[in-house]
Amino acid sequence: MIPLSWYLILAAILFLLGLYGAMVRKNSIAILMGVELMLNAVNINILAFWHYHSQVNGAIEINGMVFAAIVVIAAAAEAAVALAIIISVFRNNKSIVAADMNTLKG
Amino acid sequence: MEFVSIPSNDFLAILPEIGLLLLIGFTLLLGVFKKNDKNFLGWFVAIGLSLILVIKLGFLNPGSEQHSAWGGMLQVDAASYFFQIIIIIGAILTVLFSTNQNKFEFSADYLALLLASVIGMNLMAAASDLIMLYLAIETTSIPLYVLAGFMKKDQSSVESGLKYLFFGAMTSAIMLYGFSFLYGFSGDTNLFKISETISAGLIPMGIQILVLLMVVAGFGFKVSAFPFHFWAPDVYQGAPTPISGFLSTASKSAGFIVLMRFLMTTFSSNPQNWMVLVMILSTATMLVGNLLALLQKDLKRLLAYSSISHAGYILIGVASGSQLGFKAAMYYLLVYLFTNLAAFGVAHIVETQKGSSQISDLTGLIKSSPGLAFAFLISILSLSGIPPFGGFVSKILVFAAGIEAGMVWLVLVGVVNSFIGLFYYLNLLRTAFSSGEESEKLRISPSWSLALIICVLGIVVLGVVYTPWISWLNFASTNLISLR
Repeated sequence: MIPLSWYLILAAILFLLGLYGAMVRKNSIAILMGVELMLNAVNINILAFWHYHSQVNGAIEINGMVFAAIVVIAAAAEAAVALAIIISVFRNNKSIVAADMNTLKG
Repeated sequence: MEFVSIPSNDFLAILPEIGLLLLIGFTLLLGVFKKNDKNFLGWFVAIGLSLILVIKLGFLNPGSEQHSAWGGMLQVDAASYFFQIIIIIGAILTVLFSTNQNKFEFSADYLALLLASVIGMNLMAAASDLIMLYLAIETTSIPLYVLAGFMKKDQSSVESGLKYLFFGAMTSAIMLYGFSFLYGFSGDTNLFKISETISAGLIPMGIQILVLLMVVAGFGFKVSAFPFHFWAPDVYQGAPTPISGFLSTASKSAGFIVLMRFLMTTFSSNPQNWMVLVMILSTATMLVGNLLALLQKDLKRLLAYSSISHAGYILIGVASGSQLGFKAAMYYLLVYLFTNLAAFGVAHIVETQKGSSQISDLTGLIKSSPGLAFAFLISILSLSGIPPFGGFVSKILVFAAGIEAGMVWLVLVGVVNSFIGLFYYLNLLRTAFSSGEESEKLRISPSWSLALIICVLGIVVLGVVYTPWISWLNFASTNLISLR
């Protein structure tokens, strides 16, 4: 039986990796990957807690499952929109490197 | 198989949202048949939204009652009612400003996306469950990302869409990480249940503070408060101007109701933690917004920094954590809706005709279009907080709430910032009212003048007769203070 804290530590490591990637990477796709990693870390967290509460209560807990499913759906919608916008940026700019996007500043 | 009957109260709670969904369907359908008459679509949506507003004002006023609907997902009370009205008015004005222009391709999908984000904001105003809250925030944000990058051929527009998306996705992921801890430690997603666990002392203080910081990151992004404000100037400058106005008013209002409801319900047992945090945010937001606004050459960018600083003033009301403070924040947001939409409306009209939104493009506005210059004068005076306009009353209320809560130094910072703000606001007026070279007359279409008239009336009425509106907010602020 793997204790709950291990899952939480795994999720925290994944979350920080994702945050680091999203902040440091220059390529738009890589930033998006970082954000997705953060969302997946959250899902590990939620599902670990869900399992824990289900075991403690002795009955399947619904909220956690629904929460995790909704996070997956929202992440997919966000990724779809992000890729669409990245494509239109590429058509205008011929580059998706975030550092090249400097028409707006000041 | 057994069917569970849903009480009719639940349907009444989301009646406006059902109406909005139907309106999206009709708009997309009409968009197929009325391909060549885009302005008709704009009027159609504006009238549909007004109808929903009338239904809401006439039949759905909850008064002082509060109850939860859909199994605790939504909280129906005067606070959510008030903010939903703000959001719908903001959407109507945004649609009116978007009609009749050729800067970007105005189409049925534009309107459908706008309405979808209005549904999300309405749900944000009422959400009282972590799942609903997250879903509502994403329903609001995702259409707005697309709308910010709606001008596909325009480099700055798509760039602003991408920046908005990355900041939004990152902060919402951080917020969600905070939510997962709240769920994990309390075993429930309902805000009231979580509040019970916190006041029972079942969540360690360290985790509470961590969660508070992460959640405020998500909401701070929505209201463009200090360390999460970087997106605002870029996005407001690049996005289609009506959308910038919508982001700075309706989206900000939705962010504030979520912030107030979340802090008051979940962390009601030890408010001193978040009060200190919100005070720090408020000070930094006011200073950063006002000082950077001094340097701006672009009107939309200047309005973006001014909008950041106004978020700081509203945060004074939130930080006080009292009934007067919440009332002041709500009144501020109502006034700010009309004021800022008028300012962005003028920026939009100037931009569509002159091709750019530099401050120097305002030169000679009084000659080329006196009516527009007059509307600009009123909105800027209200933004800078000069009587007899709404901005003055709302600023007084916010500062009074700060004094009442004993945060004198915060109010002093606010007053000093108002003076800094006066400098760049009056500079705008000086440019608009100086007689430049003869420029051609600006064309103002009927929908724009209607929207501007509504805005100006709103600013003046809210500044002159304020007693009925403030007493109307009593219920809303009391509901936020006293739970259930």
